[in-house]
Amino acid sequence: METTSSPLEAKKTLGVANVVEIRNLQKSFGERKVLNNVNLDLRAQENLVVLGRSGSGKSVLIKCMVALLKPDEGTIKVLGYNVPSLSPSELNELRLQVGFSFQGSALYDSMTIRKNLEFPLMRNLGIYDTVKLNEMVLTALEEVGLAHTVDQLPSELSGGMKKRIGIARTLILKPKIMLYDEPTAGLDPVTSSEINDLILQVRDRYHTASIIITHDISCAHQTSDRIVALIEGESKVQGTFDELKASNDKDLKHFFNY
Amino acid sequence: MNLLSITLNFLAQVFLLDQKTYTYMVLTKALIDVANIYKFISEFFKKAIRPPYEWREILNQCFAMGNRSLFLITFTSFLAGIVFTKQSEPSLSSFGAESWLPSLVSQAVVRTLGPLITGLICAGKIGSNIGAELGSMKVTEQIDAMEVSGTRPFAYLVVTRVIAATLILPILVIYSDGVALMGSFVMVNSFSDSSFLLFANEVAASISYLDIFASLIKSALFGFTIGITGSYAGYYSDEGTTGVGKAANTAVVVSMTFLFVIDLIMLQFLNLIR
Repeated sequence: METTSSPLEAKKTLGVANVVEIRNLQKSFGERKVLNNVNLDLRAQENLVVLGRSGSGKSVLIKCMVALLKPDEGTIKVLGYNVPSLSPSELNELRLQVGFSFQGSALYDSMTIRKNLEFPLMRNLGIYDTVKLNEMVLTALEEVGLAHTVDQLPSELSGGMKKRIGIARTLILKPKIMLYDEPTAGLDPVTSSEINDLILQVRDRYHTASIIITHDISCAHQTSDRIVALIEGESKVQGTFDELKASNDKDLKHFFNY
Repeated sequence: MNLLSITLNFLAQVFLLDQKTYTYMVLTKALIDVANIYKFISEFFKKAIRPPYEWREILNQCFAMGNRSLFLITFTSFLAGIVFTKQSEPSLSSFGAESWLPSLVSQAVVRTLGPLITGLICAGKIGSNIGAELGSMKVTEQIDAMEVSGTRPFAYLVVTRVIAATLILPILVIYSDGVALMGSFVMVNSFSDSSFLLFANEVAASISYLDIFASLIKSALFGFTIGITGSYAGYYSDEGTTGVGKAANTAVVVSMTFLFVIDLIMLQFLNLIR
């Protein structure tokens, strides 16, 4: 596996416009090969949708990008950091620049929304000034239109609201890359569309590059600049939504015609 | 054929495997668990000594753990004091040695009864709570969310809980000893009308500093065991809601078993130095 001596050096080896480069990524769980020869590039300020059926390894792919899972083989370069070979402090440095929105929102259910948003600020940036914390929390919540929920508990909110707050919690650290794991899963079409709009707003306001993991065709249509289709763990086809829709690939056709 | 072999043979048949394969699977899993627990404890010590220290969260956890178990400890310790005194009185009186009752009860309470009652209650209340809480955080990806946002979840969730349990158990044991002795006094008083001062004097005369010190060390070890077992079971629980239940159950069963093992080891050790 290719290694780089320092993130700064590595940055120089990365294509100027690419913020993520994944080459020949492989990951198995026991006998089951989940990712098989995945290749993928993410350009600056681009929304890249990774489209695939449930169990095709989409979530595993983005978990490998933030070292929640260790790949068996392949190279993952995120913002110039060679992820599999990072030291704990370098990994922490990278993770501060990558926002991860989880499928189930993953809000800390013992804390209020305010505490949920304050938590990364206090522990990562060492901000303890209550006035500043309050201002930052309210600004982040206003961005997702949920400032009124600040003193509520996650259990008091709907699925769509939780997703928005999950996104606000990642945005509060001003990430350069956003990773969305099934952002519209389990939501009604109207709320899904609102979340899709929010994903586009985040790109425009924060100038982030995003990878959106989904099996929802309307989410892919609404949010994507480019799509990579992950079929049986392999990154088979890449292109815009219309290009993929017109593709003759058998698996892809089945997906789009469903 | 010994008992182990019979058991393995039976389990192998239940799971439709030959005994050799089943034994291999059981041994492999046990070895992996031992290695993982060793790694987990090493990680705990590494993170515990390295700043930043999470004093505020440790205090919060101490308060929550103490609060959670206080009522049950009060109730069971008081009853244990009454029952133990009531049970011991006929044996002592048959030798005309009723006056030794405070001394017997106080040694039993301080050396074993207090720490064990408190340990078992805390294994049930604190251990299961830690296992279930961390298990549900794992299942709902909250621990992963902390990990990817760089907020050091191990230090925040595990180190704080284990330290809090280690610190709070000795305090609860001192409290439990006091309550059990109060229960004992109520019973002694009903037999012999002895004054509280006399009872307290006899208790103080029969307990050595070594007894108190050993009891505190033992209860700190109990706390550490409860904290580590609960945290390990929760932090590495299986995915899904059954994983949460399993984590809580493992935390209680394993820590209760270890409490008795620690009690026995401490007893042997104290007998050597006494």
